[in-house]
Amino acid sequence: MKKIKTPSELEKLRKSIVAGYDFSRSCITICKGTGCSASGATTVVDAFREEIKKQKLESKIDIRTTGCHGFCERGPLVVIYPEGIFYQRVSTEDVAEIVSQTAMRGRIIERLLYVDPVTGKKVVHEKGVPFYNKQLRLIFGNNGRIDPTEIRDYIGLGGYSSLNKTLFEMKPQEVIEAIKQAGLRGRGGGGFPTGRKWESCRKAEGDIKYVICNADEGDPGAFQDRSLLEGNPHSVVEGLIIGGYAVGAKEGYIYVRNEYPLAVKHVGIAIKQAEEYGLLGEDILGTGFSFSIKITRGGGAFVCGESSALMASIEGRLGEPRFKHVHATEKGLWDRPTTLNNVKTWATVPLIIDKGADWYAKIGTEKSKGTMIFSLVGKINNTGLVEVPMGLPLRELIYGIGGGIPGEKRFKAVQTGGPSGGCIPEKLLDLPVDYERLTEAGSMMGSGGLIVMDEDTCMVNVAKYFLSFTIDESCGKCTPCREGIKHMLEILTDISEGKAEKKDLEILEELGNMVKETSLCALGGSAPNPVLSTLRYFRDEYEAHIKDKKCPAGVCLELIQYSIDEAKCTGCGVCKKECPQGAISGQKKEPHKIDKKICIKCGICLEVCKFDAIVVE
Amino acid sequence: MVKLTIDNREVEVEEGATVLQAARKLGIEIPTLCYHEALAPYGACRVCLVEVATGKRSRLTTACTYPVWEGIVVRTDSERVIKARRFIIELLLARCPNVPQIRELAEKLGVKQTRFKTADDECILCGLCGRVCKEIIGSSAISFINRGIERVMETPFEIDSEVCIGCGACAFVCPTGVIKIEDINDYRKVEIWHAQRELAKCKDCGNRFAPVATLKYLKERIELPDDFFELCSGCRRKKLGKELVNIVGSSSDSSNP
Ligand SMILES: Cc1cc2nc3c(=O)[nH]c(=O)nc-3n(C[C@H](O)[C@H](O)[C@H](O)COP(=O)(O)O)c2cc1C
Ligand code: SF4
Ligand code: SF4
Ligand code: FES
Repeated sequence: MKKIKTPSELEKLRKSIVAGYDFSRSCITICKGTGCSASGATTVVDAFREEIKKQKLESKIDIRTTGCHGFCERGPLVVIYPEGIFYQRVSTEDVAEIVSQTAMRGRIIERLLYVDPVTGKKVVHEKGVPFYNKQLRLIFGNNGRIDPTEIRDYIGLGGYSSLNKTLFEMKPQEVIEAIKQAGLRGRGGGGFPTGRKWESCRKAEGDIKYVICNADEGDPGAFQDRSLLEGNPHSVVEGLIIGGYAVGAKEGYIYVRNEYPLAVKHVGIAIKQAEEYGLLGEDILGTGFSFSIKITRGGGAFVCGESSALMASIEGRLGEPRFKHVHATEKGLWDRPTTLNNVKTWATVPLIIDKGADWYAKIGTEKSKGTMIFSLVGKINNTGLVEVPMGLPLRELIYGIGGGIPGEKRFKAVQTGGPSGGCIPEKLLDLPVDYERLTEAGSMMGSGGLIVMDEDTCMVNVAKYFLSFTIDESCGKCTPCREGIKHMLEILTDISEGKAEKKDLEILEELGNMVKETSLCALGGSAPNPVLSTLRYFRDEYEAHIKDKKCPAGVCLELIQYSIDEAKCTGCGVCKKECPQGAISGQKKEPHKIDKKICIKCGICLEVCKFDAIVVE
Repeated sequence: MVKLTIDNREVEVEEGATVLQAARKLGIEIPTLCYHEALAPYGACRVCLVEVATGKRSRLTTACTYPVWEGIVVRTDSERVIKARRFIIELLLARCPNVPQIRELAEKLGVKQTRFKTADDECILCGLCGRVCKEIIGSSAISFINRGIERVMETPFEIDSEVCIGCGACAFVCPTGVIKIEDINDYRKVEIWHAQRELAKCKDCGNRFAPVATLKYLKERIELPDDFFELCSGCRRKKLGKELVNIVGSSSDSSNP
């Protein structure tokens, strides 16, 4: 490939790419994101290739593998164009039929269609699926349309035209103004205004400056950044180059979690291709502006995502937070002015340049603009990645897009913001989701995790679970985070075992507030949130554990007992057979009994009893 | 120079100084545990917390790390500060209930006992030993290993580290006294770092006096007569006395025939 030297050459290339598309031809796109790959997408892709070869249809049908579409729960996902027919849970056995029936004849295969759990109706087209059509997929949408290893796909969709516009039509300060006017805020959790960050980096003294993309994504359950890097790496690369131009940096780093080999691979390919095309490297598009990007692989610790720890880690030092009374925008990486932003923040930048700050500023709420990608998991029908405008009520996210709670269970709480976020109760379901509202509710935006919990969840246990994550991830440098979390977990454990007293609840609350207030970095500064928010909204549940020595949700083992409801027991004997302890006795057709001294509360009897006769209290 | 206010008193200090240094200039006492004037600030123990107001916002921060700015208003005695320091020392008291230095500081800050479950550690993880070893001695024989509550100061692989010269600088800076240096017969033992170093023999009296490795280290860096590295301090003093007597003696000889 000859390097592109002028804006008109780029436009010519884009036109020729688009002209090369034959929209009448069939194109089978298969999602090869992490979720779909885990459910067998790779073998499905191979099967399609083979089948098309076998039927000699190479000239009639294209195949495209794409990044994550977000609806991982239903994978492997296959969409057949031009109609946009949407098949889910596709296996190798379906391949021949899809090729000959759908791709060649446009016939629908009923059994592969998605059934809307709310209406019970089958949905034919991708855009008809409620999971998708209630979303606003601005930065995530192209994932399903491009092959992430093919820069031509990205350019065909208008990619790098924002870079073009930036370099030829905008001064650095104008780029910063646009980002400020758009109201973009950091998607790494804190929500710091991106334009302001860039501006202070631009103004900082020094001829060497850096921009960094934070792709450490340490939150368990979050995979938004990974999906973007795997599925649309050029959008992040383009954003980074524009940011470099705006703040005056010639070098950028992408700090990727070591556990993301595919993201590393795709970003690596993207960088190489962009260099080959003259969009990255020396003298970009003939403008004299030079910019290069290096990939750094992260150490794997959660705390390495924290800005000062991340920079220490890139410098080759121990990935531990440092006090920072001087902003990284003045003294960051190697003490040079540095701008650090999250993957999603960078990916939003080309979009704002392309469509304009005013367009972007119209999306979202007064102070939180644009869209946010959430990972919807837990006790919910549709799990996956969803992108919605800021300010959408939680209820719409959970019931509209998520399809509600499975199995007639009642919604209890939703935990937002990752391991340091808080739990939001049912009475706040109409809360519009943005930075301010979540913080007011005692939680946070964080990485955009949304874990839905139903009535069978014990909130003390939930708090314990998140704290046992953070206790392992605290770096241990400062006293409050290291020692304080330990004592919080001790008290929570006592509560869940019925060993706590009333005064422990006050100590727990004080610990939480003080750890937040006195810790060195934001890990300690937010780790108590799961405890404090559950204390705020579910205090009665804590009190039940302490006063009545009962776990209302029936989860905390030390506080529950298994017994058999004589009226419901038919004496079928299944439980007796399955109990690994031999704790159940009884004659056939007579009510059975559990010996509480031997019972280890494994719950097998509860699972196997068909008559609902096992009682947990 | 930068002007700031601490507890309603104005003070002027050099740019780049910390709030701690400014407070000390005024004679205002701020407790510290992980701070040492010869080492880079670290900000880990959090016992030096103060309240700093810049404009309308006021927040807790560590005095040992916070650089002074023109016009900031610092409080070292507000209720918020007192509460925070008590919290920190209560945590450390639970970790090290039997370390006299921690108990004394706790008492001074008004904490008689801890409400938390106690352990029996003697190290508060201030990191001073590791930092003095790295920043001053340049050996880096010890550093923190593991994360979170598992964090400990250790030598690599938890075995005797070759680069340890047995100088004892770590023991000197340790605020709890957990690093014990023992000179037994021909050897110096630093048990906590699994180290044993041979002691050099004094050229005059034959007594063992300092680790060979430490002397070698000093000799390479400090320009002093060889005697300095070969004699124990007692013999050095003796020798000096003798020389003095000789010099004084000979001079008095000449003036008083
Ligand atoms: C313990 C901890 C972990 C963090 N992990 C991440 C992460 O994985 N990804 C990320 O973008 N930001 C993470 N952050 C936030 C970063 O420190 C920083 O604020 C962010 O990368 C800035 O980018 P933004 O302005 O685009 O949000 C973390 C912060 C803390 C305290
Ligand atoms: S708050 Fe926790 S993670 Fe952050 S520096 Fe302190 S110990 Fe380390
Ligand atoms: S041994 Fe002493 S100096 Fe070293 S970290 Fe522990 S308390 Fe601090
Ligand atoms: S003395 Fe300031 S944090 Fe330890």
